[in-house]
Amino acid sequence: MTAQSVKWFWYASPQTFYPVAGVIARWCGAAAAVLCAAGLYIGLFVAPTDAQQGEAYRIIFIHVPAAWMSMFIYVVMAFWAAIGLAFNTRLSHMMASALAPTGALFTFIALWTGSFWGKPTWGTWWVWDARLTSELILLFLYFGFMALQAAIDDRRRAERAGALLAIVGVVNVPIIYYSVQWWNTLHQGASVSLTRAPSMAATMLTGMLVMALAFWMYSIAVTLLRVRCLILENR
Amino acid sequence: MLEAARCIVVRDLLVAWRRRSDVATALLFFVIVTSLFPLGIGAEPELLRSIAPGVIWVAALLSCMLSLGRLFAADHADGTLEQLLLSSEPLGVIAAAKALAHWLVSGLPLVLIAPLIALQYDLPAPLYPVLALSLLLGTPVLSLIGAIGAALTLGLRGGGVLLSLLVLPLYVPVLIMGAGSVDMAAAGLAPDGQLLLLAALLIVAAAFAPWAIAAALRISME
Repeated sequence: MTAQSVKWFWYASPQTFYPVAGVIARWCGAAAAVLCAAGLYIGLFVAPTDAQQGEAYRIIFIHVPAAWMSMFIYVVMAFWAAIGLAFNTRLSHMMASALAPTGALFTFIALWTGSFWGKPTWGTWWVWDARLTSELILLFLYFGFMALQAAIDDRRRAERAGALLAIVGVVNVPIIYYSVQWWNTLHQGASVSLTRAPSMAATMLTGMLVMALAFWMYSIAVTLLRVRCLILENR
Repeated sequence: MLEAARCIVVRDLLVAWRRRSDVATALLFFVIVTSLFPLGIGAEPELLRSIAPGVIWVAALLSCMLSLGRLFAADHADGTLEQLLLSSEPLGVIAAAKALAHWLVSGLPLVLIAPLIALQYDLPAPLYPVLALSLLLGTPVLSLIGAIGAALTLGLRGGGVLLSLLVLPLYVPVLIMGAGSVDMAAAGLAPDGQLLLLAALLIVAAAFAPWAIAAALRISME
């Protein structure tokens, strides 16, 4: 075992991780607030009005980063779940449990803002578009993970059962995504095309990336705070 | 190893035969659910023909769900499951045998009865083989994936509802491919692609699900 890996396991101990998590959470929380303010300023005031969609498009500054995060957090959750099962580290399981509510929140925000965007753009609150449908199923997967952990009283079993479910889920996510996409093309044709014009104004892209970074920081901060709570509960 | 698997399958089939009503209930559920749709939606033949593949597949999913709760519950209650976990045979093989027995009891009857439902829905006769083949390839996947959920929710309160929350989202690809293949055939296109994809799902599930079931059983029983 190299010195490097020893150091990793050193941080895997809840006692050492607890104060570190507090410091990181504080800095990430502050960064999230600053970045969110900057991103919203760019998105709402600096970015130009879209030629086709008017002002309504501005919801993508929330919608797109939330959708990115929703999918990314599931993968991170499954990663920590796999680490937890492989190395039997409690902290990894706690990370997975702590990530789930944030991931579900971002999935819900992505769906909610997506329907707000759909109303003025498509004229309807909900379309069985491939991406919206995949997000909906992703939300169900998050709910399943949280419901399973909540239903098991024995904490060890809850963590390990949830971890296995997360791994099975992450294997299925690409299959679900592509099958839904295929189903969508079969049933709907290309009547509603989500693909936006490729030439996106630079400020729009900047705003979106800043918001994505803000959501990253928020996720890290909230997850670490939740891990701290879980560590205290486990004492 | 195969001998152990054969023993498990034969035993589970025997147990199912001794409790025939349980098997019949799931099958009746399938028939009743499919009979409810025309009552709720209306009996225009055109409409029925277009919804038939989806309705039959969704009913198959739900009916499979219904029988999954019993997959390990009885063995768990009387201690057989602990003995199986202690046995020297690989647990993955045992899990695969349990899933196979579940499919023979709950999946195969659906395959056999589905053409009858298709008749009620006035589906054209050339579609019957496609529907039966799609169910033949798809229902084993339902048993294999469902067994993971059944093993994870073993002995939990509200296990049945929880099981459906865990497993139904994972069934989405099977539903899409299964109903899609019949839709394709109804539209006059070749359903081979979807059937091959279903077969691919079956192979992947058969290769990996037994190990996941075994891991889930170990987690639930420790």
